[in-house]
Amino acid sequence: MTFFLEQLIIGLSSGGIYAIMALALVMIYKSTGHVNLAQGEMAVFSTFIAWTLVQMDVPIWPAILLTVAVSFVGAIVLERVVVRPFAKADDLVVVAVFVGLFLSIHSLAGAIWNYEVKPFPSAFSDGSISLMDDLSIRAHTLGSLLTTGAVLTAVWFFFRYTRLGLALRAAADNHESSRLVGINVSVMLALGWGLAAGIGAVAGVMIAPVTFLDPGMGLAPLIFALAGALLGGITSPFGAALGGLIVGVLEAMVSAYVPYGIEFRELIALMLILSVLLVRPAGLFGEIVTRRV
Amino acid sequence: MTMESTDMTQALSAPRSRKVSLPFARLGYGAAALALLAATGVLEGYELFLASSILSYAIAAMGLNVLMGYNGQISLGHGAFFAIGAYAAAICIDRFAVPFALTPVIAGIVGMGAGWLIGKPALRLEGVYLALATFGLAIATPTVLRSDLFAEWTGGVQGLFLLINPAPEWAGLDLDQSIYLAVVGYFLLFAFLTLRLVRGLNGKAWIATRDNPIAARAMGFDVTRAKTRAFVFSVLACSVGGALQAVAVQFVAPDSFPFFLSISLFTAVVVGGLCSPLVGPLLGAVFIVMVPNVTEEIWQGGSWAVYGGVIIAIMAIQPRGLAGMLGWVKGKLTTHTNRKQQTGRNRPC
Amino acid sequence: MKHALELNNVTASYGHGSILHGIDLAVPEGGVTALLGANGAGKTTTLRAICGMIETHGEVRLFGEEITGKSPEAIARMGVAHVPDGRGTFSSLTVMDNLRLGAFTAKKRGNFQRSLDRVFDYFPRLKERVGQHAGTLSGGEQQMLAIGRALMAEPRLILLDEPSIGLAPVIVKQLFEILDQIARDAGVSMLLVEQNSNLALKLASNAALLEVGNLVARGTAKELSQNQEIARAYLGDVAAEGAGA
Repeated sequence: MTFFLEQLIIGLSSGGIYAIMALALVMIYKSTGHVNLAQGEMAVFSTFIAWTLVQMDVPIWPAILLTVAVSFVGAIVLERVVVRPFAKADDLVVVAVFVGLFLSIHSLAGAIWNYEVKPFPSAFSDGSISLMDDLSIRAHTLGSLLTTGAVLTAVWFFFRYTRLGLALRAAADNHESSRLVGINVSVMLALGWGLAAGIGAVAGVMIAPVTFLDPGMGLAPLIFALAGALLGGITSPFGAALGGLIVGVLEAMVSAYVPYGIEFRELIALMLILSVLLVRPAGLFGEIVTRRV
Repeated sequence: MTMESTDMTQALSAPRSRKVSLPFARLGYGAAALALLAATGVLEGYELFLASSILSYAIAAMGLNVLMGYNGQISLGHGAFFAIGAYAAAICIDRFAVPFALTPVIAGIVGMGAGWLIGKPALRLEGVYLALATFGLAIATPTVLRSDLFAEWTGGVQGLFLLINPAPEWAGLDLDQSIYLAVVGYFLLFAFLTLRLVRGLNGKAWIATRDNPIAARAMGFDVTRAKTRAFVFSVLACSVGGALQAVAVQFVAPDSFPFFLSISLFTAVVVGGLCSPLVGPLLGAVFIVMVPNVTEEIWQGGSWAVYGGVIIAIMAIQPRGLAGMLGWVKGKLTTHTNRKQQTGRNRPC
Repeated sequence: MKHALELNNVTASYGHGSILHGIDLAVPEGGVTALLGANGAGKTTTLRAICGMIETHGEVRLFGEEITGKSPEAIARMGVAHVPDGRGTFSSLTVMDNLRLGAFTAKKRGNFQRSLDRVFDYFPRLKERVGQHAGTLSGGEQQMLAIGRALMAEPRLILLDEPSIGLAPVIVKQLFEILDQIARDAGVSMLLVEQNSNLALKLASNAALLEVGNLVARGTAKELSQNQEIARAYLGDVAAEGAGA
């Protein structure tokens, strides 16, 4: 029982990370109809920035905040310069551009910080916290869970209750009508990218202490986040976040209880993606997406 | 909409001016085939290996080009089928001492089986969703190959070394030459098949399905069958390409088929030129074999950077890739090529 | 007389095909002006040209101020509310959010509650549906929401694109009664595009007629409805209908 609880908490903790990554994917998908395949690489790049700051003796929390800000601005520039020119292009062209972006960001990180695996400091204490008699959990696991929870709440609050959040939701829903009520859609699209990269950066710095930091770190979280987003519904921010949590728990359980489970985690994510797309393409909470002809 | 339909009428009336150019084209193909065969005597050792590598990737790229270019389905995961073909060939040689030249046939059959398993559900997915599912496939494949579960057959992390016998002595060929000749044989076969398919009714069905599935259905094309055929052909080509690659390298291991392999095949097709049935895949294959050769010595992630930059640049300048650029240059020189073919930049084909 | 909107020699095109070939149109301040014409005459394009959604040449003036070439969002901020064809509601957002978005450009935020009360006064149905997603509303309710959203902006000029389309006659009748009331109460100017010319001419004080991208007639609504040729081509047999009613 304790073992199960421990796995559950670990699962929720990594699920929180997948949840905010999934949310980042949904943010861009909803407003542009494109899945940003480079989301994971962008998060890794951000994490390297945080690592550099920590190396320069910046305390971890200020380093994280600064990283989020830099990622926010960087992604806006990226959207404007690289992605925007292809906004109306064919699906295949857009996918190719995202693959190109994925490769470029990955190799840029490799060029700047090389391919050596680096330890990344936790934003929380190194010890463990005892929850029950025989159940103690790493402080980072709990801290990460709380952080991602806080991010999800803040994002929800922002979209639900602020004027800017409303404008972003409107821009994601209907470009033309948004312009007709006086919203600058072009700015909103860039902002969406900025926000996605900002919360992606949080995901990166939370996962790096667990997996260690190297340019290839983003691949696994991306596929789990993708599975979560599709499971919950790629048009539904709430669904995607919930999907991310479910995928995290599933991953932990499969790794713990299924023979060879750890080796086949990615395969399970793939199966999940395939079965969701086939059985219920809209996901648990998404809307049916009409095909863009 | 209007643009799409003109595209389609154009496509359906293709091949343009086939009657006029056919004898010349045949001569050209014949000369190219002879040149490839003659190269057996000219190239040596490592050069032969490189040529074999390029041609086996070109076979895979030809298949993927049919799927992505002609049929408009996006796959980021065909490295999986390349790997399946390679392992099928390796196991045939390792376990059953099958002559290496026959292994692509078995690999093709195994690959098509796997393609059917994955393609059956995957083909119900539209556009970007298929890209996502196959992206997942690309990420998951290496972890499966590495698994201890199949280690008895696959050699696990260590992989399998392949003992390959050259052609019989009377043929007077060394090992590199034998392998190269077999690769050229399969390449010519696939070049022939691809052209036949693309220029025949299948090609029309693929293009019609890509451009407007509803209209294609109304015109009497079986959309599902067209998509399935394109997928099966692409899988067949990729597994045969994989088998030949395994033979050429004489070794398979999980690290030979990383996530990056799938991306490389995608890159070969996009960079080489979508909808150029032969020249595009060949140029793309040269690109993905030669670029890592040059860049990896300078910097470890060099080929990723070059691929990424080149893909984005090509999408911005000429979505038809290198082959499209060649066509454009040729058009400038001969001036009478169809201008319409060069406009419509937002769509690769 | 001061005009809410003036178009002088306006041409507009989608890509290469020109749709409007030099239109002169004036919308007087206050009241409803109807823009009539057959399918494909360029009515919707005229509205899109006014609010900056397509490439436009010539001169568009809003209360004397030139707005040609401005972006749709800038024109919206200057007090033009457009109820587009197809209603353009934000379908995944709630009715309340749609209305809040209508007020996105409103100058004084303090007026929000008053505007909201006014919209609910005109359309009590919207009040009942406040938390519902716009996409789940009926066609009539969506049209009400689109008009309500336009009102929330406290606009000086409302552009209405075929509000009657796809709605049952009873609903259309109600809707036009409310539009009439709005025009009277608010002193807002309206430019109404409508295929149902009879309906439009009853509501409007002025009218203009478009034929394949050219303005062929304009005058008061009464003049236009009495014009024999127009009556035959666009209004059906008005005399007979009038006698019957």
